[in-house]
Amino acid sequence: MDFIIGHYNYWIAIFLMMIGFYTVISRGNLVKKIIGLNIFQVSVFLLYISMSTVKGGAAPIITAGVKLYSNPLPHVLILTAIVVGVATTALGLALVVRIKEAYGTIEEDEIHQQDHSL
Amino acid sequence: MIDIFITVILLAFLAITAVSIVRMTNLFAIIMLFGIFSFLSAAIFVVMDAVDVAFTEAAVGAGISTVLMLATIALTRDHHEKASTSHRPWLPLAVVIVTGAALVYGTLDIPWFGDPEAPAQMHVAPYYIERSVPETGVPNVVTAVLASYRGFDTLGEVIVVFTAGIAVMLLIGGRRRKSNARSNEGEEDDK
Repeated sequence: MDFIIGHYNYWIAIFLMMIGFYTVISRGNLVKKIIGLNIFQVSVFLLYISMSTVKGGAAPIITAGVKLYSNPLPHVLILTAIVVGVATTALGLALVVRIKEAYGTIEEDEIHQQDHSL
Repeated sequence: MIDIFITVILLAFLAITAVSIVRMTNLFAIIMLFGIFSFLSAAIFVVMDAVDVAFTEAAVGAGISTVLMLATIALTRDHHEKASTSHRPWLPLAVVIVTGAALVYGTLDIPWFGDPEAPAQMHVAPYYIERSVPETGVPNVVTAVLASYRGFDTLGEVIVVFTAGIAVMLLIGGRRRKSNARSNEGEEDDK
């Protein structure tokens, strides 16, 4: 039981990562692919934050009387990653809008048909 | 004990939301579910003591991402995912299961969740926790590291966001101005 609780966060993170990965490689709709990438991204955040947690620790804000804090460093890395992630999502969605204007569709199959590339 | 129980339940909700996102075909519903997904992950970050990450995820991940996606489906006027014909589901599924199994095998030797003796907790983290108040005067260690010790990294982050902003403007904003300019030229020719 302790073994399962000790690894449960990592397994859920891997499960979410694989769901995101599956969405990216198996779905043809470009908006859904970007949502898949975002799910993948959240799973990485979850993995890092799980590693920073200390059992019985407090949030890393220095307060009198608190001895044990969670690790602040992964929090900093993930704060940066969230903001950069939104910037890349915005860029991806702008590309989707542009593809819709050029091809009239956001389905990967129809884009390949128009290009005769498959 | 109670926080582990809450984490377990919330993570299960997160997994269920992700599965329903994959199975849905209505893009509007998918985007709303993605907003729920982001808020759930923010709640999990609060339970795991990452309060700064939680409010960034709630504001930026759940707020701005959802608005951007809604704007995209409003601009593309495409609200339904078409059932794909050429893709076979078994090949991606096999790839995903093999990759997932390899990753789960990898988790068997990493330190357990919440282990205070894990290598990640022993190296530089105690330094920041002990020195941030005397050196920077900021009680929130995350802010002290982000804005003071690692200020240059944050500057790099701003450059990335700025570059992405310029790229979005070039992709969407610039073209509209050009088409306006073209129609203006046309009007001038008519005169």
